[in-house]
Amino acid sequence: MKRSPRFYVQLAFTVAVCAFLVVPVVLSIMAGVTENFFVGIKSGLTFRWVVEVWTLYNKTIFLSIGIALATLAVTLLIGIPAAYVLARRQNRYTRWIEELMVLPVAVPGLATALALILLYGQFRGFRISWTFILVGHVLFTLPFMVRSVLAVMSAIDLKTLEDAAASLGATFAQRFFHVILPNCRQGILAGALMVVTLSMGEFNITWMLHTPLTMTLPVGLADSYASMRLEIGSAYTIVFFIMIIPLLVAMQWMSEPGKAKKYG
Amino acid sequence: MKPAHRESLRHIALLLPALTIFAAFWLLPMARLLSVGASGEMGISAYWAVVTDPRYFSSLVSTIVLSATVTFATIIIAGITGMFLQRHRFFGRSFLLATLTFPLAFPGVVVGFMVILLVGRQGLVGSVTEWLFDEKLVLAYSMAGLFLGYLYFSIPRVILTIMAAAEKLDGALEEVARSLGASPWQVIRDVMIPGLKPALISSGAICFATSMGAFGTAFTLATKINVLPITIYSEFTNYANFSLAAALSIVLGLITWMALALARSMAGSTVAAAA
Repeated sequence: MKRSPRFYVQLAFTVAVCAFLVVPVVLSIMAGVTENFFVGIKSGLTFRWVVEVWTLYNKTIFLSIGIALATLAVTLLIGIPAAYVLARRQNRYTRWIEELMVLPVAVPGLATALALILLYGQFRGFRISWTFILVGHVLFTLPFMVRSVLAVMSAIDLKTLEDAAASLGATFAQRFFHVILPNCRQGILAGALMVVTLSMGEFNITWMLHTPLTMTLPVGLADSYASMRLEIGSAYTIVFFIMIIPLLVAMQWMSEPGKAKKYG
Repeated sequence: MKPAHRESLRHIALLLPALTIFAAFWLLPMARLLSVGASGEMGISAYWAVVTDPRYFSSLVSTIVLSATVTFATIIIAGITGMFLQRHRFFGRSFLLATLTFPLAFPGVVVGFMVILLVGRQGLVGSVTEWLFDEKLVLAYSMAGLFLGYLYFSIPRVILTIMAAAEKLDGALEEVARSLGASPWQVIRDVMIPGLKPALISSGAICFATSMGAFGTAFTLATKINVLPITIYSEFTNYANFSLAAALSIVLGLITWMALALARSMAGSTVAAAA
């Protein structure tokens, strides 16, 4: 098929937009493994910056993974039951609750963080512990879990499924764990991936809530950008990319039609 | 106990954990923020400071102008790119699509760093312009850098929304318009844009709200740029002016919330991830 000149103009524009997004990523990967970025690749390739990042910041990596998993656990525990009720009872009040729970995402993280500090900052033990950050992350990610599970629950006929199980003598616990949960696997998985990805990358709330002893990965990144040489910041960014890529690939794979049911 | 009654109790019990955490850690702190905002020397009029005090007013105006410009530019860029990728199948298309999805998960700080690598002191554009004209072009640490950073995190989000909406557009309508003699520009103006309108408005509002509240990118690029999140941050940490920081963040929160409420009323369920 012969393409029109307009096709090539639009293609060039699209490639330019993609280059704008990708070139800095490539630059940061290059800078992270170059002896001296200012001199260029000819100064030699090295892993010494990555090693240095590991010695300086490995704690931030473990803390971020820990907080992401704890956030996931909390959002699963409180988010799935909440989504179930919101799906079963669709009335004015539940719509209100849904609207309310999205507020921590609609309002800038800075405001949420300031509010938490002003109310709970005086409780020193809580203020300096990692659970203070966990609270911020749960607030920010809970709406994504609830929405993702709710989308699947609204698409299936929850009530009929439950009634059928109940008529066979299943208790509520049996219905919940053996009928409802297996039926919304897709939504739970999609929500879980979203929660972990968001928690790993959260900065706006975390920056205000962290202490020197509770630095997460994005906080460490900001610290290295501000105070370390460009090569170290770049190497640290590579570490972040390595951690986030598997999550993105999994999300992409899930959202492809045909491989998994459409969600949220 | 009646079964229906028992079910109601069960539903309340299942909703309670989420509601308790939300009330204890968001509603109560927000109420506190609201009251701290009115507790300073200025009292409740601190909420007007953002309009009456020239310093905060200029910060508000520059943030709004920046966010509106970013939104406008993003919609045009993402509109062209999204329609193109949706309508054409060619070698390398899925690679281009993948590069658009990748930056979605970048925190604001990383986006700021990307801008530094592109147009910062040791950036690519600086080296190229130095080689070409013997003069370094450095944009990163100014409004221009902020503009590029906000574009960076907005473009992927808006493109994906536009592509999803474009998938549902009826291509036959454009064919009809063309066969009736409409020019390409008329097809875009009278067929495509009206069809995409809900997606354009909702993704535009999300883009605007995200830019208004974006902190990480501005924080990485320069803490001296006069945008509202940075102003709030420096009032809080550098001047310990808690009441004013509280009042300003309530005002900022109201603006972003209203923009998103507009988006949701136009196009149903969309939640923004703040960058």
